[in-house]
Amino acid sequence: MTDTRFEVDERERGAGRVIGRLPKGCRRLPWRLGGALALLGALAVLVGVVQPARAELRIDITRGQVEPLPIAIADFYGTTPETTELGARLAAVIAGNLERSGLFRPIDSKAFIQKPEAMLVQPRFSDWRVINAQALVTGRVRLDAGGRLRVEFRLWDVFSEVHLLGLRLASIEDAWRRVGHKVSDAIYERLTGEKGYFDTRIVYISETGPANERVKRLALMDQDGENLRYLSGGQHLVLTPRFSPTAQEITYLSYERGQPRVYLRNIDTGQHEVLGDFPGMTFAPRFSPDGNNVIMTLARNGNSEIYEMDLRTRKIAQLTRNPAIDTAPSYSPDGKDVVFESDRGGSQQIYVMRREGGGARRITFGRGRYGTPVWSPRGDLIAFTKSNRGRFFIGVIRPDGTGERLLSEEFLVEGPTWAPNGRVLMFFRQGTRNPDSAELVTIDVTGHNERILFTATAASDPAWSPLIP
Amino acid sequence: MRIKWIVPLAALVILAACESTPEETASTTGEGATVQEAPAVVETAPVETDISAVDASGPIPGTQEDLVQNVGDRVFFSYDSAVLSPEARQTLERQVEWMKLFPSVVVTIEGHCDERGTREYNLALGERRASAVKNYMSALGISPGRLTTISYGKERPYALGHNEEGWQLNRRGVSVVN
Repeated sequence: MTDTRFEVDERERGAGRVIGRLPKGCRRLPWRLGGALALLGALAVLVGVVQPARAELRIDITRGQVEPLPIAIADFYGTTPETTELGARLAAVIAGNLERSGLFRPIDSKAFIQKPEAMLVQPRFSDWRVINAQALVTGRVRLDAGGRLRVEFRLWDVFSEVHLLGLRLASIEDAWRRVGHKVSDAIYERLTGEKGYFDTRIVYISETGPANERVKRLALMDQDGENLRYLSGGQHLVLTPRFSPTAQEITYLSYERGQPRVYLRNIDTGQHEVLGDFPGMTFAPRFSPDGNNVIMTLARNGNSEIYEMDLRTRKIAQLTRNPAIDTAPSYSPDGKDVVFESDRGGSQQIYVMRREGGGARRITFGRGRYGTPVWSPRGDLIAFTKSNRGRFFIGVIRPDGTGERLLSEEFLVEGPTWAPNGRVLMFFRQGTRNPDSAELVTIDVTGHNERILFTATAASDPAWSPLIP
Repeated sequence: MRIKWIVPLAALVILAACESTPEETASTTGEGATVQEAPAVVETAPVETDISAVDASGPIPGTQEDLVQNVGDRVFFSYDSAVLSPEARQTLERQVEWMKLFPSVVVTIEGHCDERGTREYNLALGERRASAVKNYMSALGISPGRLTTISYGKERPYALGHNEEGWQLNRRGVSVVN
């Protein structure tokens, strides 16, 4: 894994806003080219001179329907056929990410006037103003003597002629897509003020075969649907995978030993073990925010209760005591509370209790049934599945039970999961037109920008990873 | 005199097998089959060979086929409910009598749900349904050690239609001989 770790060097110029820093271990200075540093120095002077008074280029993502920002993403400049090709692919990955976010409108590169090699020092902004680009991304790519990929990019405010951001990244060549995702995250963060969510993965259940003999497999892919990898072979029914906070492990339900049990699995080594091996059935697992615990449901004699397991000691603590169905628990991001569903009041509804159990209070009171609560990583909202009068909905509600909003509706929509920045939700959908084939869908928490995320097979039970360390 | 048993028994067997869809099958397949079968039995062979032929073509006693054809392997539930209906209790009472005939038989009770609930809730509901079946049967004298439960939630539908007819057949508890 050390090989794919990224080295990032921040080169902040111009507007003077510091972008979010990566974890300390990742901050190194890989770029040893004195020439490049000298170039940067010259550039700083140039940019310092041009400082027109103008509102800062910024996207407000809390507003719902926003006019996408026109952005030009030039192919990253390479000096060999191989790096030229890589530079074009990187630009395509970045454009794809930004376009799908709904906040950006990448401009067709056919309209570009200035060529990549001409922008090594500074773009000719008038060429970009002509095509109405408000932001411009330029970059260069090379392979060093050791074969490592070295990428440098800059983000420019075309109208203010200001350099907003500059970053250098290094990785093994095979991880070039991740470089593109990291660049996308940096651009997103610089222009929205929020963390990005592009260098992330989705674990989900791939579905094939007829409904009564469905084959379900654990599948893993990048957030944009690329790099698909199957983690299980389909011999055993598997359901509801969820990521650990390091994105290195998943916990899920498997019928591998006949009885449904909660498992823990390392996604790189494939090693897996039963976590909840108790009489009865264990299911509905999720990691605690610190990764030290897994919360799950244990069902025995017709009664489902929520338990927390300490992963180090493997000891369990019972959090609910109720003859009703208590299941689908999810931690608050501060780890102090747990949201879950229960039919203790007569029908399936959402409750919040203290992490150690007790103090449960119901937060959903609308018509219909509410389930699958998932706490946003920001802490401000809880996403849920609702069903009422034969229709299903994905919605959000504040932890105090106010502000319920429904975002999506279909014959079946279920199982929301949050992007790590808490701005986008993913869920699965079985539409009226093709109810046998589940698909993954993303939507902004504002309710806008609903899109299908295309997958190789039918797909359900998605879980969004945190930003990959 | 044994011949007299064959016709009603055949009808009974077919009716039991068709329990899940009474309106359609009992009146067509069921009666049609009895009418066709009766002359064939009478005309073809002497009494003794005929009886042995029926036995050989029927399911082996104490097997899943025997349970399905002669007893009924499943009970049905209302939406979002694990309450046993009078009809379901009758089926389970027959299952209990049958299990008492075959003391070595061990059964897994599967709890299933329709697709109109969320996945994890349905896993819990399926477990609740399977447990309701188990508890009723053990109350009638079957050792709990002969009855294990498993929930499949909405993962293994029997009927494939996305409509109430299909959902009724999928909200079920099924006894499976191990």
